[in-house]
Amino acid sequence: MSDTHAQTVAFVRDTEIPPSPPPASEAGVIKWLRENLFSSISNSILTILGLIAVYYMVVGLGPWLANSIWQSDSLAECREILDGATGACFAVIRERWNQLLFGFRYPSDEYWRPALAFILLFVAILPVLFSNLPRKLLIGTALYPFLAFWLIWGGSVLIPIVALLGFIVGGVAYSMMSARSFVGAVVAAIVAAAVTWWAGGLLLEIGSDFLALRAVPSRDLGGFMLNMILGTVCVSLSLPIGIVLALGRQSNLPIVKVLCVIFIEFVRGVPLITLLFVASVILAYFFPPESNLDLVLRVIIMITMFASAYIAEVIRGGLAALPRGQYEAADSLGLDYAQSMRLIILPQALKISIPGIVNVAVGLFKDTTLVAIISMYDLVGLIRGPILASTDWNGVYWELWSFAALLFFVICYGISQYSQWLERKLATDHR
Amino acid sequence: MTMTEDMHLDTSQMKVSDEVAISIDNMNKWYGSFHVLRDIDLTVHRGERIVICGPSGSGKSTLIRCINALEEHQQGRIEVDGTVLSSDLKNIDKIRSEVGMCFQHFNLFPHLTILENCTLAPIWVRKTPKKEAEETAMHFLRKVKIPEQADKYPGQLSGGQQQRVAIARSLCMRPRIMLFDEPTSALDPEMIKEVLDTMIELAEEGMTMLCVTHEMGFARQVANRVIFMDDGQIVEQNEPEAFFSNPQNERTKLFLSQILGH
Repeated sequence: MSDTHAQTVAFVRDTEIPPSPPPASEAGVIKWLRENLFSSISNSILTILGLIAVYYMVVGLGPWLANSIWQSDSLAECREILDGATGACFAVIRERWNQLLFGFRYPSDEYWRPALAFILLFVAILPVLFSNLPRKLLIGTALYPFLAFWLIWGGSVLIPIVALLGFIVGGVAYSMMSARSFVGAVVAAIVAAAVTWWAGGLLLEIGSDFLALRAVPSRDLGGFMLNMILGTVCVSLSLPIGIVLALGRQSNLPIVKVLCVIFIEFVRGVPLITLLFVASVILAYFFPPESNLDLVLRVIIMITMFASAYIAEVIRGGLAALPRGQYEAADSLGLDYAQSMRLIILPQALKISIPGIVNVAVGLFKDTTLVAIISMYDLVGLIRGPILASTDWNGVYWELWSFAALLFFVICYGISQYSQWLERKLATDHR
Repeated sequence: MTMTEDMHLDTSQMKVSDEVAISIDNMNKWYGSFHVLRDIDLTVHRGERIVICGPSGSGKSTLIRCINALEEHQQGRIEVDGTVLSSDLKNIDKIRSEVGMCFQHFNLFPHLTILENCTLAPIWVRKTPKKEAEETAMHFLRKVKIPEQADKYPGQLSGGQQQRVAIARSLCMRPRIMLFDEPTSALDPEMIKEVLDTMIELAEEGMTMLCVTHEMGFARQVANRVIFMDDGQIVEQNEPEAFFSNPQNERTKLFLSQILGH
């Protein structure tokens, strides 16, 4: 019975309708199954086909994983143990574990150094990722690159200290001059840093054995360590460079704008592998023979250039998405360009750009495997070259490649999960 | 200026001083080849409350946006508080920090809380200590009657509340002149009043105000001069009583009959 009197026009409610639970058929597992898996004939067919596919996968993969061999010295020995049954030969990962992680030329009694650098990486990166940690930890983050360099490459402790001093002296010179003029301050900072490094170079020649770790040349780096080094360094460098390029592309100053556009369009228009060949072969022709710019450094420069061009375009998208009113509100309050960018525009533009930036970062991290093509022994180069070519392990494709895939997946999935958490945390617009 | 100063002045003492706050001489502006503002001459005295009205596209928003250099003028002279507006960035930033502005779409910073919205400019532009900036911000948030929203984000507030925060944000810079660019046009009818009440209170305290608005009731009640613009020119200006009861120009008459006719 309705208490609206449809036949009369005037109506005043005098009884409240109490809320009641939904009918029993609209709740529980049955409802979920019906709605999600068997809502129509075509959906039911797809569900059954899906179940069949899952079944075959389990039947195929199950024994391969269940019979896997972890103790053996070669593929032949694996096959003997298996005696015709299907089974994975994960022994290769166990036997070549150190090679897969550190490369086959890194001195084995120094493995603790990159391992320690890897652990410290997390300590250094945490205060950047989680803004509720004490800000003082960022000092450790700033020192980390120098410490990690010393740990991985070795040599005298004076090398990273001089490098760090150069940055500190440059920073002090900048802050002393910045009140007068921005350009003057930048020039002063560069000159001060250069002088410090030059003087430090003299000092290094005297004290090259001071607190020295065993030096490891760049060509001896390899394995997943090389991917991690390239990925971490290039991502953390390309983000600030990308921001500068994106702002430069929006600049009112024609020369700055044209330079940024040319850089971005050129680098984006060239395949990364071409840039890597340039780094490994052609750059050697341009530099004087004695300059001997480190190969890893050349590769880092190329990948960073490449990634920063992409990140610049992603951030430009974020900048374009901001309403003009945000710029005007910042201007109308009297904030200058640097303040309005740092406090108003970039926090919002970067937030919008997070999915795109993460896309580039994940892609970049996986692209570090391309260095295998210019004969560097990163994880992929190492599997493809020394391990698969060895007589012991010739033919162990599935196990090795799925291990490589797993390593990359763990890192990339971690980055992706973090970025989604960050997006939720920064969501203040309550749309 | 101190916080304890009594902000509530007697309305009867509202007098316009002889001191000039804004003077605009023969100002012209073009968008490309389109002549938006033509030969604008306008002098605003300290304490004056001016309402600018006119049909859309008449250049009224552009005019007040020229005053704090959000738009660039190509010809003529604008002097605000004794500072001549030139392309010198230092001058522009000085004028902007002394002229408050409220926008049609509020333009609050969505990534900052209400309190942070209000303290940002005092801390970074005026170099006020954070604690003092927060006290000032809370003072003005109480004044616009939303101190309890200080820790929320703009997206959680209604339109009328957002516009009042925007007014408080401008006031935190202790401006001597306030510009309003259609502050109530994007609001639901029931929220217009709360914003207008805030503006009326501001006017009663003697703030120099330039408002672009279609709220003719507000103009009647608060303004001591109404300016009518059309086609980028000032067509007519007068005291509100005379302006509404006895418009002179045909275009003014037509506009008033359209806006008041229903």
